[in-house]
Parts: sequence; C-alpha cells; structure tokens
Amino acid sequence: MSSVSGTTKLSKKDFATDQEVRWCPGCGDYAILSATQQLLPELGIPREKFVIVSGIGCASRFPYYMNVYGFHTVHGRAPAIATGIKLTNPDLSVWIVSGDGDALSIGGNHLIHVMRRNVDLNLLLFDNRIYGLTKGQYSPTSETGKKTKSTPFGSIDRPFNPLVLALGAGATFVARSVDVYTPHLKQVLTAAQTHQGTSFVQIYQNCNIFNDGAFKSFREKEGREENSLVLEHGQPLLFGKGRDRGIRLDSRQRPEVVRLGGGVTEQDLLVHDEQGPLGYTAMLAALEPPEFPVPVGILRRVTVPTFDSGMRRQIDEITAARGRGDLARALASGNTWTIK
Amino acid sequence: MSSEAGLPSLPREPAQILERVVIRFAGDSGDGMQVTGNQFASTTASVGNDLATLPDFPAEIRAPAGTLPGVSGFQIQFASDEVFTPGDRPDVLVAFNPAALKTNLSDLRAGGILIVNVDSFRETDLRKAGYAANPLDDGTVDAFQVFKVEVTRLTRAALATSDLPTQTVDRCKNFFALGMMYHLYNRPLDVTARWIEHKFAGKPKLVEANLNALKAGVAFCEATEQFRSTYKVPPAKLEPGTYRSISGNQAMALGFVAASTRSGLPLFQGSYPITPASDLLHELSLFKNFGVITFQAEDEIAAIGAAIGASFAGSLGITSTSGPGMALKAELLTLAIMVELPLVVVDVQRAGPSTGMPTKTEQADLLQAVFGRFCEAPCIVLAARSPADCFETAYEACRLSVRHMTPAILLSDGFIANGAEPWRLPVVDELAPFPVTFQTSPDGFLPYERDARTLARPWALPGTPGLEHRVGGLEKSDGAGHVSYDPQNHERMVRLRAEKVARVADELPLAEPEGELRGGLLVVGWGSTYGAITSAVRRARATGRRVSQLHLRHLSPLPRNLGEVLARYDRVLVPELNLGQLALLLQGRYLVPIERQNKIQGLPFSAAEIEERILELTGGDPR
Repeated sequence: MSSVSGTTKLSKKDFATDQEVRWCPGCGDYAILSATQQLLPELGIPREKFVIVSGIGCASRFPYYMNVYGFHTVHGRAPAIATGIKLTNPDLSVWIVSGDGDALSIGGNHLIHVMRRNVDLNLLLFDNRIYGLTKGQYSPTSETGKKTKSTPFGSIDRPFNPLVLALGAGATFVARSVDVYTPHLKQVLTAAQTHQGTSFVQIYQNCNIFNDGAFKSFREKEGREENSLVLEHGQPLLFGKGRDRGIRLDSRQRPEVVRLGGGVTEQDLLVHDEQGPLGYTAMLAALEPPEFPVPVGILRRVTVPTFDSGMRRQIDEITAARGRGDLARALASGNTWTIK
Repeated sequence: MSSEAGLPSLPREPAQILERVVIRFAGDSGDGMQVTGNQFASTTASVGNDLATLPDFPAEIRAPAGTLPGVSGFQIQFASDEVFTPGDRPDVLVAFNPAALKTNLSDLRAGGILIVNVDSFRETDLRKAGYAANPLDDGTVDAFQVFKVEVTRLTRAALATSDLPTQTVDRCKNFFALGMMYHLYNRPLDVTARWIEHKFAGKPKLVEANLNALKAGVAFCEATEQFRSTYKVPPAKLEPGTYRSISGNQAMALGFVAASTRSGLPLFQGSYPITPASDLLHELSLFKNFGVITFQAEDEIAAIGAAIGASFAGSLGITSTSGPGMALKAELLTLAIMVELPLVVVDVQRAGPSTGMPTKTEQADLLQAVFGRFCEAPCIVLAARSPADCFETAYEACRLSVRHMTPAILLSDGFIANGAEPWRLPVVDELAPFPVTFQTSPDGFLPYERDARTLARPWALPGTPGLEHRVGGLEKSDGAGHVSYDPQNHERMVRLRAEKVARVADELPLAEPEGELRGGLLVVGWGSTYGAITSAVRRARATGRRVSQLHLRHLSPLPRNLGEVLARYDRVLVPELNLGQLALLLQGRYLVPIERQNKIQGLPFSAAEIEERILELTGGDPR
C-alpha cells in the first residue's frame, strides 16, 4: 500500500469511533485496539482506504470501534467477504479481525483457502483459547483436558496449533505477537501491512473472565524474557535474561534449549530465516512451553504472487488481447440468423 | 454424395410438408446424444423453425455402458408455428441401444418413426437392458414404422480408409445418425460441419472422420430404399430480427453481463460448482474482457460471502447455485438483507430434497426463496419462464436489487437452464440503463438514511473520504446505523425491510391475464411451466373452453392487483412441479380457493397433461 494521504496528518483519536467499547474491563482486546488505533495513522494510508472485516465473537466487535470502513459479518465468514472486497477494489487495505472459534472452528475452511490463495489482506487472529461471547466453552485452541461449561470433566480433543495450520495452508506471512506487547505488536502489524499477500498474525489475547492467565508465563513483564523467543531475521535464536540461552538442533536434528558458555557459543545456534525451509518454520511454530520459550515475531515471510493481482492481470491481459467487451457482439455470438 | 457410399440414388418422392415434429435421440451416455441433439437444434434454428429442447441425462458422467441408468436423451420440438415446449410424445425416436429403446419406447406416439442401431442389439446388449428376447423381433415395436439401420457397421465402412482406431471410428456413429436425420428432414449440413471443424480444430483426422460420418448418413438415406419419404417443416413466422439458439444458463449469463454494462457496475460472481447451475459459472468466466470477475469459492457460503463483500465495495455481486446451495447460503443472505446491499442469488432448481435427482427438474424451492430464512428476512423473488426469458429476468433482478438496495433471488430450473429455444437478440440501446449514483458527499451522511420513494439506503463505497462507516449483522438504528437493541427501533427496522420489498410492487407491471377479462377458469403459473401451460390453454381455447392464463414473473412481491384479478374468475388452477407451493402462497395471501395440479417426477409437464386438467375443470362450462 503505497498511497499516501494528501490531507492533514491524522492521529490515534481520528481512528476511534464515538461508540462505547463493550468488552469486559481488563480484556486483552483493549490493548490490541489501542495498538491498532496508534498504528493505522502511522502507516501513510488514507483513512478511507482501510476496511476492517470481522466475523462473530468478542474480537469481531472490533470494527465498531475503528473509525474506518467496517463490516461485521457472519460467524467464520469474514475471509470470504474480505476476498470479495479486495478483488473488487485492490486499492483498499483490508484487515480481518477474528477469534480462535471464528477462524479455526466455524470458519476453518475459509481461513485455509484465503491463505492458500494469498489474497492481499491482513488476518488478525485474537487467540484467547476460549469462547468468550457464548460465555465460556472450550475452543479449538484450548489445551486437552480443559474444564469449561461444555466440558465439565475436561475436553478430550487436541488443539490446533494455528501457526502450523497457517504454514500447512501455504500462508506467505505467518507471525505471532501478544496483546500487551504493544511495540512488538505494532512492528509485526506494520510488516503484515507491508507484505503483499495474506498476512496471518496470531495474537495471544487474555480473556480475564473465562480463561484468565492462559498466557501468564510470557505475557506478564517478569516472565517475558525468560519465556519468549523474539524472532529476528538473520539473528540466532537467543532468549532469556541477558540473552544467555538459545535453540540449537541436537544430534538427531531435534530442537533443544542450550545455555551459552561452557563451549556453547552463538555459532552453535539456529539462525532465524523467514524464508527458511518449511520444516524449519514448522519446527519453530511447534515450540511450546514449558520445554521451550514461545516464539514471537515473523516466522515466515515469502514472496508469492497474490490472488487479487493475478485476477487483475488476467482481466487486463485478456482485455488487451480481445479489446474491451462489446455487448452487442456478445449477444450475437454463435450461430445467428435473420428473419425479415 | 451417393458415390461416396458407393450406392446409386433412387427416384425420390416429393418431401411431405409437416407443421411440427418432435424427435427424441436416446442412447448411452457415451454415445454423444447431447451433441447430436444440440447440433440438430442449431441447424433447425438456422433454417428458421421455432423450437424448444429438453436434454435429459443421468447425473453419472458414465454409468455402465448399455445399462438403463446410463441412458441419455435429447428431445426437440420444431415447427413452422410457435413452439412453447419440447413436445409431449415424440414422433420420431432414434434409439442407439436396447436400453434407450426400453426407457423411451412407451413415449413414442403410435405409428411414429423408430430408428434403431441394430448393431447394438446383440445378446449381451439385450441382457444389459433386461430384455429376454430381441424386442425388434417379438412384436414389441409392431405399432411403429421401424427402420433397422446398421449404424455401427455403416460408419466403420464409411471410415474404412481412415487409420483411426476402431474405438474412435465408432464414436463417429452419432454423426452418421445425425446425417440421416438431416436428410429425412431436409436440413443443411453447414452448421454442423462448421461446428466439427471448430470442435476438432488441430485434429484434421477427427474433422475428416466426423464429417465423413455425417455425409455418409445422408448418402445412406439417399441410396437406400428404406427411406423413400423425406419431410419438410417450413420456417416459422417469427418476429423479424436476428436470432440465435440459446439455453437458459447462457441467456442468464448474458443478462448479467448486460446488466453490468448498462449499469456501469463491474460484475462479480461468487460460485461453487453444482448441477445444474455450473454452466453459469462456466459462461461468465468467458467474459473477462467485460471486467467480469468470477470467483470459484471453496464452498457455497464463501461464494455468497465474496459476492456480498464485492457489493459492499461497489460491484454488482451475484452468486449462483441450486437448492442445496441455497440452504447453505441462507445465513449470509440474511446479512445482505440486514446491511441492505444489492445482491442477486440464482437458484437453478433441481429435484430433491437432499441430493435428490441433480440432473432432473423441479419447482420446489419457491417457498424456500420467498420464506426460507430465519426471522423476518424478505427478499425480492423472480422466476424465469423459458430459456430466453432468463436474459430478461437476470437483467430485471439486477435492476431491482440495485435500485432498492436489497437482495433478489432469481429462480430458474434444470429444464430451462439446459433447454434451448430461438432467441431474438435484444437491441442494446433498448435495454433500459440503470446508472448508479454512489454516495460521495460526507455532508449529513447517514448510512441508513432512506430514499423517500424506495426506502433504499445510500451506497457508500470504501475508499470514499469522509464516509467511513460500519455495517454488520447486528440490528442498527435507522438513519445513523449504530448498533441498537432498542425494542421500538427493531420493530421499525423489521417493518422497514419488509416495506422496502413490498414497495417494489409499486413499480411492477400489473397482472394481466391473457384470454377472458373475467369468468371461467384462470390458469396461474410461474417459472418453466409457461410453455406447457400456454400450449394447453391455447388448445383448450381452440376447442371453445373458457380458460385464461396468467404467468407470474414476480413472486415477491406479487403484482399489486393479483388478489383482485384472481377474484374475477370462477376457478383458479395452479399447475406446478411441486406439492402446491404457489397455491399455498396465493391461498394464504388472497384467501381464494385454488385447484392444484402437481407433478413431482423430475420431468416438466406435458401440454397434454395440463390440457386434460383444463378440460376436466371446464367440462360443464363450454363457451
């Protein structure tokens, strides 16, 4: 998106609406909303070019609080609506806001296909590992054994790893951040906006009512450095206070956490590559606490032609070859005969 | 040409002049019956006959060869007079194998012409069709003029010099049979010859083989004593103009392209393949140089979702499907109703419920279209009555949906979607344009402000400075469009959405029955029954019965004067291919007694069936 607003510079308040925000006090969504309202005026895109599309769920109320074009659609279907918008007007900056139930359960099919096609849009998955709006049932990202209103004896099914799912669907931009990591989140979202294609961003978001503390170990300030791995392209996989630990492959090519020193140096560690082999990225995406730190940042960023540009190109090429369609000629195509 | 077959020409009798003929081609689904039928139709159209066709094929692409479920048929009625249906009983049956004979013979009129490929009546073929004895020898076909032709052997002989494999040679036998029919009905070969050259472009051996088979069929008839008579059906007195033969799906695709051109809105079609609607996707995907975007979605829901997104962004969004897909689209259709955006949803109805009989026709989605959504979710509903009418109804559906900013459902069905008839090409300048004015001024902009006449809200496109606003499925306050749980506002909005659709009727033509102004029987129909009803009513009137006809294009809203019109007649008959859905609608709306005629066999009505019912209902009431 290279177009720049010719009008006066806008600020965060220009992107807020007059609608009262109706999330529970303390919800992680507030932090994401605030970061987004800060970010959008900084992107150099005219406000009228933004469209935010959502499905159903707590996260999906998001468009009502952003003073841009917004479309609050149907449960799980936001990627379909967003695809129609982007194909019609590729000049728009299209953002999808979804939740773990919306995107991964009822909307799973649309999610994988929008990533497969690589429609140029940004897909923000607010992942709180619980159904909030329906008041506390387990979700497709809830850990096995989760006790909720619908699983009083514990859930039986295994959760999705959304990043691995995105990689499997062929996503060209896969990233993760956390609701309260404001500068990091803004950085990731800026990169998502710059990327040409579907940018899939999982945002861990705390539901303080039905799943409080789900991400406590790395969300709170004190555990952050110890329990999260901030990915940077071309840099070794280092983490911990004083960046004293890292990830390397053991003799069986499996990841392991090592402490630097005693013969272990940065040279032994894996170096992050956003265009690395899919196996590497999937390995990274599968790292989970408590054994491993939680990777955050851009896991994958590769350049692949977008669906919308392909669609436009085909139309342009055929129009150039055949000339702009003529209705009278189209009506009279095939065998015709005249009666006088 | 006779020299090619090595047979001398015989003295001919002059051709008999016929007013109308019904021919049915039937064979295995691998025998090319649809190609044969379509070629006969194109040629017949080109010589100026009026016509209507009925392709009737199995859902299986290739059922086991020679079996009853594998039989594929194609019927055509052509005439020197007006044609409204593909005909009731064929005058001529061309049967390529015993299975085709078995499934079709009972329809052939007594004394009709039966042409069979005797080469496919071997014992194994008979067994596959369930014949214990050869029906050609045991009296089964005694009531008909039977022509036993060695189609396979003669085709092979005609292509003896070709070095194509026998299997490929045998595939040309449908053109041999077509050549025979062209001879018998005095039709030229040029239309089919051009088609063969185009179809097999780059494969000269196939072009030559198929052309030779076609010519050999003609030559055989010229030479043999079997076919002493030929027939002529003079051109019909059709309205002056330029014509082409067109199927419903083709006509509908063109209607959408025309609507896009005449409104200035780019066309966006979201669709998921489904029989019998897939051709709409195939057809529209050819119109890229009209700026048409066709999006083959991952499912029915995504197909309508993308179309709604496209409408939001300023396209003419359409989605096309059949009954099962309609059910899947229902929730998103209510979103389009709620956010008050234009959208056209095409339902090419087929026999069901569930998967039902996908290639067979039915009219059982009417109530689904009018009412089949949760809560109060009214839609504009239209139905096309014939293949060519699909053009006008598609155009009309787009115009109404855009003007009134609410979705329209367009009903077609398998019969008219695949059937074809001559179509007089419309003059582009005579298609009423419907340019759209998008909201551009931010001054006092309210997303749900209403046009005083139509109640339509403004269409404000993303990308327009100063009009940033939010729409969505949650109930909105009228005017400002904020989320609202206010009880009074909800009732107001529900009534507004209903009133918006109701007001469409203010701009629709009034119902005007053909026939009597009042009294006697009124036959009311909708959709693809038009042809059969029209034929039946005309025949009954010709015998002096007091019967009139009204065919509804608009099903929601209904014409404003419909209640008053129905009340003017002594009796009302509604024939439909369902268990009485329009009858229920009319009874519920107007409290009039309705006589019903219902058929649910996956087949259209024959004119005779409806005529019989008309005669029965008007028995005591001759003119």
